[in-house]
Amino acid sequence: MNKKTHEPIIHLVKRVEVNQKQAWGIRIGAFLLSILVCAIVSTILSGRSMGFFFTNFFKGIFGTERRIWNLLHETAIILLIALAVTPCFKMKFWNIGGEGQVLMGALGCAVIISQMGGEYSDAATIITSLVLSIAFGIVWAVIPALFKAKWNTNETLLTLMMNYIAVCIVNYFIKKVDPMGTGGLTFSEGVIGEIGGNEFILKIIVVIIITAIMGVYLKYTKHGYELTVVGESENTARYIGINTKKVIIRTLILCGVLCGIAGFLLVSATNHGIGSSSTVGGRGFTGVMISWLGHFNPLGIALASFIYVFFSRGAVQVGNLGRLGSSFPDIICGIFLFIIIASEFFINYQVKFRNGEKIREFFMPVIKVFEKMKPNKEKSVKKDNKEQTEVEAAEITDENTDGNKKETVTENEEKEERENGEGITAIPSEESETETIKVEK
Amino acid sequence: MKVKKILAVLLVVAIAAALCAVFVGCEDTGFKVGLICLHDENSTYDKNFIEAFKEAGEALGLSEDQMIIVTDVPEGDECYQKACELADDGCKVIFADSFGHEDYMIKAAKKYPDVQFAHATGTKAHTEKLPNYANAFASIYEGRYLAGIAAGMKINEMIAEGTKLSNGVTVTAENAKIGYVGAYTYAEVISGYTSFYLGAKSVCPTVTMEVTFTGSWYDETAEKNGANNLINRGCVLISQHADSMGAPNACEAAGIPNVSYNGSTKEACPDTFIVSSRINWAPYYEYVVNQVRDGKEVAYDWTGTLATGSVVLTEVNETAAAEGTAAAIEAAKAKLKAGTLNVFDTSKFTVKGATLTSYKADVDTDAAYTPDTEVIENGIFKESTKRSAPYFDLRIDGITLLDEKK
Repeated sequence: MNKKTHEPIIHLVKRVEVNQKQAWGIRIGAFLLSILVCAIVSTILSGRSMGFFFTNFFKGIFGTERRIWNLLHETAIILLIALAVTPCFKMKFWNIGGEGQVLMGALGCAVIISQMGGEYSDAATIITSLVLSIAFGIVWAVIPALFKAKWNTNETLLTLMMNYIAVCIVNYFIKKVDPMGTGGLTFSEGVIGEIGGNEFILKIIVVIIITAIMGVYLKYTKHGYELTVVGESENTARYIGINTKKVIIRTLILCGVLCGIAGFLLVSATNHGIGSSSTVGGRGFTGVMISWLGHFNPLGIALASFIYVFFSRGAVQVGNLGRLGSSFPDIICGIFLFIIIASEFFINYQVKFRNGEKIREFFMPVIKVFEKMKPNKEKSVKKDNKEQTEVEAAEITDENTDGNKKETVTENEEKEERENGEGITAIPSEESETETIKVEK
Repeated sequence: MKVKKILAVLLVVAIAAALCAVFVGCEDTGFKVGLICLHDENSTYDKNFIEAFKEAGEALGLSEDQMIIVTDVPEGDECYQKACELADDGCKVIFADSFGHEDYMIKAAKKYPDVQFAHATGTKAHTEKLPNYANAFASIYEGRYLAGIAAGMKINEMIAEGTKLSNGVTVTAENAKIGYVGAYTYAEVISGYTSFYLGAKSVCPTVTMEVTFTGSWYDETAEKNGANNLINRGCVLISQHADSMGAPNACEAAGIPNVSYNGSTKEACPDTFIVSSRINWAPYYEYVVNQVRDGKEVAYDWTGTLATGSVVLTEVNETAAAEGTAAAIEAAKAKLKAGTLNVFDTSKFTVKGATLTSYKADVDTDAAYTPDTEVIENGIFKESTKRSAPYFDLRIDGITLLDEKK
């Protein structure tokens, strides 16, 4: 009937309801797959055995007590920065200036330590440096917010550019303090040392507390609600009487505070020094990615940052022992992120082919092989009645699927459909099939 | 379903933990040595350390698994963490290659008194006085001086031939100007370009030099731009003290002769590469490892020389270099070894028009760079004798600093 409508070869269908169980299945599958792909890639690159990868990958992550602490510590730092930018993204304020904001926080801390360290008590120096760190972080975050609120400038460009300005300011400061040096400062006084013999625990606890606070703030407070509304629709927000400018500025102040704290922790409690490229070291950008991966949910972000750090630390160890160079960890993290992001995509969308049925037909021999294998399997696992009923249930839904489809397909396609219909009933199709049908209804 | 899933996850974790336990338990391959690098082999500076490390490993009969190289370690807490991890993994000697690693290496040395930490280019070992922390450097100014001779001879040749370069300069004795791309206004760099200049001046008395700084040890774009800027300013030969291929590549593109550092760049720059000086770290690695293996003390401050094989020049590239360069270098090298020739002979240079008779340098490092030690003896600036790392920071006449960045 509607011969003129042109159907694209591939189109994507958004899944209306995402089955959480299935989604987590896909995620865990993607996680395992990425480890496997990384193992294969590193085996090819290093020319060593697969065992070499797995041994050193896990050894690099959990090998010693210090490594486990380092894993948690790095997770905490990235988590903190990701949390800082999360409210901005929830508000659809594209703040990719986390790097600069943290660096300015670090600078605030370094300024105070270099001026007060050794001359005043450590406590006074630490408190003052925390205050200035937060102040610097706020200033760097609020500038683009003000521009956005006043003149509706593009915050993406502004925050990005301000990262570079921050690097130059830090370089200038270092040069002023140490004109004959090689671009880094270290401090021995007025910094936070080990607490109870552990250098990591303080930062981890601080970040856990902040995560909890942010969780409550985003989910249960009026502020959190307001920024979500602004993110979803600025007009709606205005309509229900939310002062969007105020919300933008307020949220960026919060972001600045957290970035300031992150900068403070990096200088005062971790590095005991500052360098324009080494102190933050790209974590500001990683944080943005982690925030998205975690779906702006503090617990999700915590998990995402843990897994990211897990991969990067394992990859660093494999890269070093396999003498693969310093780009190797980046490749591994890239593979991991690629697969994880792809999995998120397939959780939310389904790919449909115009000639899907033809393709299926093309692969029929393969499918049939699988089919032949399946009954055998079932026989062997017959004890498990539960599983069998599940399979049956799947077949039933398949039949339903067919019925529904026939209602929606056009006449000229019907022929094809019928041919394939037989095929489909024979194959236990993927679970996702049922999902899309709902869309078509 | 849920129970099953949890069980599966637990199983995976258990297997992973078991694997770890097994491998941690059984992988004791004996004597291990670690090297912490700022970048990887893409940086000529780190490459020089890494190559020597591998070479030393072979000479010492240690396998690849016993010679662990950790790359891309920034000058921050991560250096301390990596050093500790190496120590935990059973390394008995741990080296680090970047100046900014020093404070973190000292911290690690205090934490692991049974492990020998050796830091190249550092300055604090002789004041920290830790039994397991050492500094090392080489009298690379001698190598730079020899490379400078090659540069001067090339300039002489260009003057004699009246060579017209791509930047429009026809080389004459009056406009003979060397360009130098430096990283920081730091004593090591100053000592390096000054000795290079003095070497060139020893064969071409009218030569002058312009120096630009990039503010980074490794910034390919800045180094390339710096070199191009110098070329546009009329420099007839370029040398550099920064770790990327930026400057040599810019020279090759512009057809300007280049004297390299850290190793030969002949492969990438066949037409313009003349010669390169470099520090060979292998003798030092071997020295430290042997001392530790024999249970002997490691010198807290070690200076490699031409004699120890630590200061070396690559082969001269006959295509680009002036005739007789190799022979001239050999002659000067013999004199330097014999002590009849001194690079920083105060009669050979002036500072603000005057010859120096006395100078106090900041040998014992402090934040304010307080001059503390007399370094001129018998009319010679004694570089790398009071401590291994360079401390020559005089601004001598004939060298113009274009910008003192960062």
